Amino acid sequence: MSPSEPPDSAERERARPQAAYRDSRDWVSALAGTGSVREQAIADLHALLLRAARREALRRRAALGIDGPELDDLAHQAAADALVAITAKVRQFRGDSRFTTWAYKFVILEVSNKIGRHFWQRRTWPIEQEDWDRLPDRFGLRPEDQAEWRDLVSALRRAVDEELTEYQRTIFSALVLGGVPADALAGKLGTTRNALYKALFDARRKIRANLVANGYLTLDEVERS
Amino acid sequence: MSDWSSLERFLRTDPLDAGCADTFDLLDLYVEERLAGGDPEGRFPGVAAHLRICDPCVDDYEGLLAAVSTR
Repeated sequence: MSPSEPPDSAERERARPQAAYRDSRDWVSALAGTGSVREQAIADLHALLLRAARREALRRRAALGIDGPELDDLAHQAAADALVAITAKVRQFRGDSRFTTWAYKFVILEVSNKIGRHFWQRRTWPIEQEDWDRLPDRFGLRPEDQAEWRDLVSALRRAVDEELTEYQRTIFSALVLGGVPADALAGKLGTTRNALYKALFDARRKIRANLVANGYLTLDEVERS
Repeated sequence: MSDWSSLERFLRTDPLDAGCADTFDLLDLYVEERLAGGDPEGRFPGVAAHLRICDPCVDDYEGLLAAVSTR
């Protein structure tokens, strides 16, 4: 079934199991239990996750460029992988939030991961070359003002060449110049979104320091203090 | 005249920035604080700093907000 189609009544019933779970403790108790109680809780949780995954996939379908059975397949994969993650971590749930809110974030993350993987069905790796022509558009620098920003962009390029490690340059090139989504790049490089973010964070800091040192940007009050 | 603020914003790093992993850990609390009409930016400044710059985590935040709002 396409996620854009309304679920039938039986599916709606399966997707609304919360009545059996009065609160987060009921969910955790059932999922950490044994036998038929646990099996039912897993089925109920899967239904909940699938409904959330379908909604999230639909919300992001414009960026994905897919619909129908392919989008529904992505939602199923996300729900299944989130279910595995949640059941493995359920004893770590501390009850600081509602259980369903905590569970939903895993399925949202899995939808992001699946979308990242899907990206490579349209693009090839490695990115063929650093496309510095994309930079002005990426940051809203208008062609008619090129005389104003040409020196800054040239300095930025020098800073990337001189200050960044090869790994940082690869990440900068893919994420900033190539427009590769972070989750897609993380999957391709066998790393995590967080690790990529940290590498890019350090790269941004180095580039900015270089541009400040060379007079292209100025320190603000916070940085001077 | 071109506005360089977008490029400057991208290059500016916030020492409070929690990063993607810590933001994920706290995202359920952040969303519930938002929906309860509280002050998630004040309670979780590192997450708020991260969400000002990290588009993928903003996507997850908006997705979780939508999921919880429609349950």
